[in-house]
Amino acid sequence: MALISCENLTLGYDGKPILQGLNFTVNAGDYLCIVGENGSGKSTLMRTLLHLQPPMGGKITMGDGLTQDELGYLPQQTAWQQDFPASVREIVQSGCQGHCGLRPWYNKKEKALVAANLAKMGLTELQNRCYRELSGGQQQRVLLARALCATQKVLLLDEPVSGLDPLVTAEMYQLIADLNRSDGVAVIMISHDMGAALSYASHILHIGESIFFGTLDEYRQSEQGRRFAEADIADIAENGSEVTAR
Amino acid sequence: MTAVDQSVIATLLNAWQYPFVRYALAVGILIALCSSLLGVTLVLKRFSFIGDGLSHVAFGAIAIASVLNLSNDMLFVLPATVCCAILLLVGGERAKIKGDAAIAMISVGSLAIGYLLMNMFSTSANISGDVCSTLFGSTAILTLSKSEVWLCTVLSMLVVVIFVLFYHKIFAVTFDENFARAVGTRAGAYNLLIAVVIAVIIVLAMNLVGSLLISALVIFPAISAMRVFKTFRAVTICSAAFSVVCAVSGILIAILADTPVGSTIVAVDMAGFALFALLGRLLAR
Repeated sequence: MALISCENLTLGYDGKPILQGLNFTVNAGDYLCIVGENGSGKSTLMRTLLHLQPPMGGKITMGDGLTQDELGYLPQQTAWQQDFPASVREIVQSGCQGHCGLRPWYNKKEKALVAANLAKMGLTELQNRCYRELSGGQQQRVLLARALCATQKVLLLDEPVSGLDPLVTAEMYQLIADLNRSDGVAVIMISHDMGAALSYASHILHIGESIFFGTLDEYRQSEQGRRFAEADIADIAENGSEVTAR
Repeated sequence: MTAVDQSVIATLLNAWQYPFVRYALAVGILIALCSSLLGVTLVLKRFSFIGDGLSHVAFGAIAIASVLNLSNDMLFVLPATVCCAILLLVGGERAKIKGDAAIAMISVGSLAIGYLLMNMFSTSANISGDVCSTLFGSTAILTLSKSEVWLCTVLSMLVVVIFVLFYHKIFAVTFDENFARAVGTRAGAYNLLIAVVIAVIIVLAMNLVGSLLISALVIFPAISAMRVFKTFRAVTICSAAFSVVCAVSGILIAILADTPVGSTIVAVDMAGFALFALLGRLLAR
């Protein structure tokens, strides 16, 4: 049984569909990259998977004992979060909120989980520091640690490397790949970075005018895959970016 | 000890003999405490103006209550303000007229209707005095009846208890509402709770500083604490302490210098903010 399966999903908002006939599944241990042009509905798909907005048609089923509050989410950062007075620890432990119900405090088990995830992300020494004083890469690791407190099963990442420099970007991808391989966390990631998608993902969901879903190899053979990858490689060649190194 | 010091102490001791001064201090401390708690959430959620808008709603409600000759106007003002708070904060996401404009409409509308009603129906001989004292608090805190003191005490205790019980949830919803929703926190319910608590605080704070100056009581402690402290817990504790200290010194200065209580407290808040801003600059170096 798949963790998440979507059947004939229609997405959109304000009554206007932007994406129709979407079918895909995510199994434990998968690394799914969602690629597509701007405005193709990638973020809407993620919001729908998170149940932040209802699908306009079709259905999303969760299996393998996955419940709604076991989705870890790494959102794109908003500008005002940059001046929020909060320590690293306070933010990471808010990831446990889904387990708390109405209980007003965090219990021992949750505190241990927080400590473990802080250590896993290399944040133990930064835990009392102020979030807004950290570098971009450190802030992303804080949000990743928070997402891990919410789940050990599925992570949904919305452009996790936007705004990071190339070195930190590579570190971030490595961290996500490690979580996927060693801890068996399924990853669903929205990405603009074709190079990363092609080197880390196990499955690709390409949305836009035509929809493709399949394994990485199938995608390389498909028409969308070739077109998109070529465009990206041309783009890389033009900019002389370091992404080619991967 | 100089003669001035002695006369200051003598004035304060003399004032302390009157129960209404002791009530004023006790209620002032409680109101200052609870109005500062949600300040951080309001400032960070970009809701600062909602406090201002709601205070005007409360003014309109007081005008209606006085026209209707209600004996305890808080019993009417409180539910009316709570309803508007829910409309603004919770309905705001779906409404056609968004954010700022909706707040401006409701707040100016209630101000106008309030003044209109007071002028048309009031039996009082001194309408402008009434209006002025509702807007700026004047001596309201010193003229509280015993039942009002009790109501203020119970409500502010309730606000503090709710804040402590839901502290982590308020943090989660304030820092990242989408994430909180995604992990199953009922963000909508907590937004509703925040809206109701804000309305209660506004109605309470009207007694202390009057309806025009309430926002100061909500915002100054939070932004002052944010200059110096960097974790949510430290900012919350500091803004509570800041607010109480400013309210107590404001009330004492008002008694000594015979100035209006509300504006004196706000002036002390401003001075405190200047001090914290300077301190923040120095610490950042």
